Amino acid sequence: MSAQSPDTLTASEMAHAHPNPHAHGDGHDHGTRRTYLIGFALSVILTAIPFWLVMGDVIADRTIATLLIMAFGVAQIFVHMVYFLHMNTKSEGGWTMMAAIFTIIVIVIALSGSLWVMFHLNTNMMPGHTMNPADMI
Amino acid sequence: MSSPANTTTADAPEFYEIVAHDHPAHASTQIGFWIYLMSDCLIFASLFAIYGVLGGSFAAGPSPEHLFNLPLVAVSTTALLLSSITYGFAMLDMDEGKQKSTLIWLSITGLLGAVFLGLTLYEFYHMIQEGAVPQRSAFLSAFFVLVGTHALHVTFGILWLITLVAQISMKGLIPANKIRVQCLSMFWHFLDVIWIGVFTVVYLMGMLR
Repeated sequence: MSAQSPDTLTASEMAHAHPNPHAHGDGHDHGTRRTYLIGFALSVILTAIPFWLVMGDVIADRTIATLLIMAFGVAQIFVHMVYFLHMNTKSEGGWTMMAAIFTIIVIVIALSGSLWVMFHLNTNMMPGHTMNPADMI
Repeated sequence: MSSPANTTTADAPEFYEIVAHDHPAHASTQIGFWIYLMSDCLIFASLFAIYGVLGGSFAAGPSPEHLFNLPLVAVSTTALLLSSITYGFAMLDMDEGKQKSTLIWLSITGLLGAVFLGLTLYEFYHMIQEGAVPQRSAFLSAFFVLVGTHALHVTFGILWLITLVAQISMKGLIPANKIRVQCLSMFWHFLDVIWIGVFTVVYLMGMLR
């Protein structure tokens, strides 16, 4: 795996470059044909299985099927992040990973918070639940 | 070099960083673009949250089983997945300085993106013909906003791809073009990641609901 492609830097840039070229800039890593093909094969498998589960009505229990499909989706997202987006703990001095972890935390809070709050709101505000105006005071 | 402890104001040496901090051109472009992608991720997170909350509110209108055509979704997913690997091949050829095959792979990627976009638009057209318009129910509003935002991103990705193909054809694989190809690569793979969420949550889980 070529960690750093020298042809992105001109000769003068190379000469003046920071002692540690990974400190600035070109700390990304592009992967190789092999890693791209591994990522592609994994994502084909991780896409085909959930489609087969749903289109073939393989699992009768819908809760289990839903959880399985979500697990395949999460696994495939990780495959894409590693093999196609080349995420690792070292690129850009670790800041891409930091930004991604922060984003994932915000996403988890936003998604779980919204679903949790709105589920309770829906349960308590069902049309059948007509409230007595006297109770609202 | 004097130790920092014994400096008086008069003879305090002043240090200027002249050579030690040479930033190569475009050094911060990639991390900046990554931060943009993360913020874009948050837009999609809120749209997914909206869909999660409203996805079951059909208002006695059509539900996913009546509307979604899974074989069609499977074909568009395949197109997008293939476009990810063809973009990867374009990146590898670009690193080896092969301009012609980079352009060919980028064009194939663009065509696969166009196939995906065409299928999404066909699906939208078909749904609107059946009366499943965004204003029909909260489920359909959330669906059109989420899938529509993704399709809009793919549209801009294709426009960017066409621009890049033109730029590389005219100016070659210069460093500026390389960094653009790398940024579009992140954007393109990011859209594929979002699509994994869409087909899992909207289409597959919608059919199981």
